[in-house]
Amino acid sequence: MSMVQAILLKNGRIIDPANKLDKKGSLLVEKGRITAVFTARQKTGPLPKKLFSIDLQGKWVVPGLIDMHVHLREPGEEHKETIESGTLAAAAGGFTAVACMPNTIPVNDCQSVTRLILEKAASASARVYPVGAISKGSHGKILAEFGEMKQAGAVALTDDGKPVTDSQLLRRALEYASNHKMLVISHSEDSGLSRNGAMNEGFISTSMGLNGIPHIAEEIMVYRDLALADYTGCHLHLAHISTRESINLIRQAKKNGVPVSAETAPHYFTLTEEAVKGYNTNAKMNPPLRTPKDRAAIIKAIQDGTIDAIATDHAPHSVLEKDIEFDQAANGIIGLETAVPLTLALFRKGHIDASRLVQLLSSNPARILGVEGGSLGIGAEADIAVIDPELHFVLQEQDILSKGKNSPFIGARLQGKAVLTLCGGRITHNLLSP
Amino acid sequence: MSSEYLFAHKHILGLDHLSVPDIELILNTAESFKEISTRAIKKVPVLRGKTVVTLFFEPSTRTRLSFDIAAKRMSADTFSISASTSSTTKGETLADTARNIEAMMPDILIMRHPSSGACHYLAKHIRTSVINAGDGTHEHPSQGLLDLMTVKEHKGEISGLKIAIIGDISHSRVAHSDIIGFSKMGAHVFVSGPATLIPKKIERLGATVCTTMAEAVSDADVVMPLRIQTERQNDPLIPSFREYATFFGINRQVLQTARPGALLMHPGPINRGVELAPDVADSAQSVILDQVTNGVAIRMALMYLVLGGK
Repeated sequence: MSMVQAILLKNGRIIDPANKLDKKGSLLVEKGRITAVFTARQKTGPLPKKLFSIDLQGKWVVPGLIDMHVHLREPGEEHKETIESGTLAAAAGGFTAVACMPNTIPVNDCQSVTRLILEKAASASARVYPVGAISKGSHGKILAEFGEMKQAGAVALTDDGKPVTDSQLLRRALEYASNHKMLVISHSEDSGLSRNGAMNEGFISTSMGLNGIPHIAEEIMVYRDLALADYTGCHLHLAHISTRESINLIRQAKKNGVPVSAETAPHYFTLTEEAVKGYNTNAKMNPPLRTPKDRAAIIKAIQDGTIDAIATDHAPHSVLEKDIEFDQAANGIIGLETAVPLTLALFRKGHIDASRLVQLLSSNPARILGVEGGSLGIGAEADIAVIDPELHFVLQEQDILSKGKNSPFIGARLQGKAVLTLCGGRITHNLLSP
Repeated sequence: MSSEYLFAHKHILGLDHLSVPDIELILNTAESFKEISTRAIKKVPVLRGKTVVTLFFEPSTRTRLSFDIAAKRMSADTFSISASTSSTTKGETLADTARNIEAMMPDILIMRHPSSGACHYLAKHIRTSVINAGDGTHEHPSQGLLDLMTVKEHKGEISGLKIAIIGDISHSRVAHSDIIGFSKMGAHVFVSGPATLIPKKIERLGATVCTTMAEAVSDADVVMPLRIQTERQNDPLIPSFREYATFFGINRQVLQTARPGALLMHPGPINRGVELAPDVADSAQSVILDQVTNGVAIRMALMYLVLGGK
């Protein structure tokens, strides 16, 4: 099937905000690129003879989704995930590209690690954009070699997993990254306030006897990060925003023209700290799940543009790190295979329209990372996701392609799923009957 | 038992999942078992042939001995395992440790563990009855119950009493179980201590937070200072023990502001001269050793009830 040179995606709803398109139509893919887009009223032009034609009545045809925040765990923690398994999960979730965080073992803080990742990614099921470390070893002391990592293929920089506590270092990182036109991503957390914390601080943490992480641990650093972006004039991207006051700060900063963008993750607009009850380690992540007020503020920010992108913070772990005592368990949940149904829930509840959904999951991440994709324009690489917004399913552990099964949504009834994914014209995921 | 009420819990994980009738049944059962410990021959055949394992991942003298004595007075066979959590870093998970113990067919597994929720975790993984002997900073249900029993014994009624708990509320599983237990039974719980040691939203658990100790202790029927845990001193929580003793230590003057005949309680072990002045610890108002005596009866009752009360 993937040998076919030409594919016609017929009669789907083509949603392509980058080209201001949301119409029923067909899309022709030849030799890995999009060569024609016909809306339903237009006549299809001359079609190639050897054509693999797929009827997509009732389905959405959107630019391949781009997850700008995933942990692929390779090199170093291949028992949790590999580039191969992680990109298989990505493809199954409708993603055609992922940006992988540098907190591997060793840390991706130099060109040789970046090259290793890209070599492994050559045969992967999605494009892989390595994100390099801000500091050597992510120790927060000395700048890593941004230029060499960029030459090797890194697209952005972060010490994600660890906040950059030294404000001067983050300032220098922003300044120096501008020489290399690289995006800096901040994991905003005051590590003093969050020390030993296992969940959001509040009544639930108190009643469960767990150390809390107060929401101000995020907000204090968001404020600092915004001040640094404003002062340096360098673009800063804020990762996994989870609290109401962070949203207020970012919204105000954007009004003031601070060069900042921000992402949140599906769990922050879907769940609250309630999910932790019963010591559920699959609801343990950092930043932690917050309160209903925070969740409402995140949804509002997704609507009004304060939040630019939805990224999953896909963080696979094995049972060794998760099926243990709560305070000992690792932070993080998988997200690639549930992002589409969870974000579609926002669409079904009327919080966002279909174009906004595509912006959040595809065109905005492409723009922020400065990578190709996020568009169905003629001539573009055929990175395409086909979503069935009506498909109902119960998430089953055995259906998860990621090596990590650490999802709080296992057993949940979900609606909407990627049913076909093309990456560079190659079919990387297909649930449609041939 | 005379009570018709059926005890439906296989595990005792905390006071939060026990109802008022559950607690009353436990207290009444313990009251009836207490006499056994005063006999010349301190043994009844109630749990003969049953196996009780205590698995302690934290040091304990009193609680462990109390469970052990309680089980033996009921004729159960008891086995103690002192484990260190470092053995889990060597490879064996808590679930594996528990499954191995379970494979030897014990009837009750009593565990103390430094992680909050560790007993809940255990109860999910094994079929044996689990009794929580203290999990992290979460709960210590048998201590909470023996405190209820001691107060009921001395005051007749728990409902309507003012209970003052002073000290490190954040890290005290005893405080958590006591706040839940006394509130459930209709008492009014007041807590005070350095604000660094009062957890967020503790009032929603049923406690009134007082910024001064005087407010909490004034007219209290029960005054309970908590142990300041020396191992917590790496965090910037209190400046020194001396300053703590000055502002939050219970001495005779402070105790005099409580209601006449107020009970002085302490979950032990006491840091004499820190949270409690030595002369008050040994005063007539002190029921600290009654707590210890009642602990055996409560633990006998818990083991009896989780095995079906037969």
